[in-house]
Amino acid sequence: MRPQNSNDDSPLLEARGVSKYFGAVTALRDVDLQLWPGEVLGVVGDNGAGKSTLMKVLSGLYPPSKGSLHFDGNEVQFHSPRDARDLGIEMVYQDLALAGNMNIAENIYLGREPKRKVLGGLISLFDHKKGLQMAKDHLDNLKIQVKSVEQKVEELSGGQRQAVAIARSIAFQARVVIMDEPTAALAIKEVGKVLDMIVGLKDRGISVVIISHRMDDIFYVCDRVMALYHGANFSESHLKDTSRSEVIGWIMGTKENVRELAHDRVK
Amino acid sequence: MTESSNHEMNNEVPWHVRMIPFFDRYGILIVIVVMCLVLWAMQPEVFLSWRNISNIFKQTAANGMLSIGMFLVILTAGIDLSVGSVLALGMMTLAVSNASGVPWPIVLCLSPFMGMLAGFVNGVGITKLRMPHPFIMTLGMLFMARGLANLISGGVPYSGLPDPVRFLGSAQIYLGEFDGTRYNLPIVFLFTIFVYLVFWILLEHTVFGRRVYAIGGNPEAARVSGINVDQTLIIVYTICGFMAGVAGLIMAGRTNSGFPNAGQGMELEAIAAVIIGGASFFGGRGQVLGIFGGVLIMGLIRNGLNLNDVSTFWQQILIGGIIVLAVFIDVLRRDWGTRS
Repeated sequence: MRPQNSNDDSPLLEARGVSKYFGAVTALRDVDLQLWPGEVLGVVGDNGAGKSTLMKVLSGLYPPSKGSLHFDGNEVQFHSPRDARDLGIEMVYQDLALAGNMNIAENIYLGREPKRKVLGGLISLFDHKKGLQMAKDHLDNLKIQVKSVEQKVEELSGGQRQAVAIARSIAFQARVVIMDEPTAALAIKEVGKVLDMIVGLKDRGISVVIISHRMDDIFYVCDRVMALYHGANFSESHLKDTSRSEVIGWIMGTKENVRELAHDRVK
Repeated sequence: MTESSNHEMNNEVPWHVRMIPFFDRYGILIVIVVMCLVLWAMQPEVFLSWRNISNIFKQTAANGMLSIGMFLVILTAGIDLSVGSVLALGMMTLAVSNASGVPWPIVLCLSPFMGMLAGFVNGVGITKLRMPHPFIMTLGMLFMARGLANLISGGVPYSGLPDPVRFLGSAQIYLGEFDGTRYNLPIVFLFTIFVYLVFWILLEHTVFGRRVYAIGGNPEAARVSGINVDQTLIIVYTICGFMAGVAGLIMAGRTNSGFPNAGQGMELEAIAAVIIGGASFFGGRGQVLGIFGGVLIMGLIRNGLNLNDVSTFWQQILIGGIIVLAVFIDVLRRDWGTRS
């Protein structure tokens, strides 16, 4: 489903007929997903619907058992998250995937550390100074305020950690950021800041896929929403053509009688 | 993001939390200075004599080698129980091959090489055979390496090694004679300093070192960041084994022999030194300088208790108590220093 205001003729990232089996368990069955440039796509579904598995396939953590992935119109195969990252596909994990014992800067460039050569290029050392400067500039650029980039991540609040995790995902020319429940673990007062950051990503032309249980999140940041049910595509819609109660109905696997099912009747 | 709450925090932080960075940095140093003062007060004649000090250096060198390797492993939230046996395996390979006429340059390399090999097997077992915990794999290696050391030597000690092989463990630099005392600096002391310097550079200033810390902090984060965790762990265990082999070479040099029950229980002393030195069993925490302090503290305890004629039984009890105390301090520090 192409966004109405888009001039692009092909999606940036596409999954075609993706299935994923874990032993005898079918986690995903023939799932299609399109993500267009500069779009925020919400993925909803009940626990066990296959959202997280789909995201892990898109970010290269799981290879699909069947089906194919396409990026920029070309078929791609990811053998590790690194392959996906090299194309600019980043994932912000639900459990945040930060190392608490290390400082903010080190977390931001973990796996892509700046290096400097010494002894005529014989030994390549890790460049602390450049790393700190890079991280500081990057956070300033995103208007994320922290006491110091040398602060350890374990000293931060949940919202600050989420901010660092998002900052980290776009530190190196990201084109797609995939977020798994970015607001689930946050204090209410921090949710808004994180959602604004996500809108900020869109303003930078980055495409975002976001998994969330919270209708408020979906209806605040997304352009389009798609629902998975029992590991398969169930429904999708542009955000302005749907309502919270309809989306909640999809999560429960129904396309009718949604008024009675919905807990969240506020529109 | 939350600048206002940070300001509030600063005023609310109680004194014992604000002291954490200070004690993280200087705590060990304070303990060492206090211990030296106490020992000096108890044995003013002997303790500060050059002979005793150089003895402490010589006796702690092997533990120093094991401990720095163990530190690397504990940084990744792992453990290597095999280092004592691997030390013996290296030592016996060296002694037996020397007795059967292998030229000394090869003999010299054999102990570190065997250590490396054992460490590599540990690393591969932990990562590729997917052992549920490094404890299992290295416990297996503890028995295998000890068995091999006994097997190749027939369970008997070999003595008499050529000077070049003994160099690292026993050579001394003559510094001069003052007031009728001859001052000799053991080579192994300089070597220990050199090794710790290399490890400091490795851990603080190389990408590999920072990744070791990252793996200890959150292996999942390291993995999804594209770090090859398995490969890094294999290198870590290989280095740890290598250091055990170096310790075997040093001990062979010091005792001018190889004995198959060498290093028994030394893995536990190394773990103790690492923990006392401020590393955390949870991984990702600790500094090379702290480990050096931990090794010195272990050496000072032994030396001080020996000088005061305290029985080895009491020594064991005391060291045990100190380990528990050190870990308890680590637990308190974690509770105070992190938000969850």
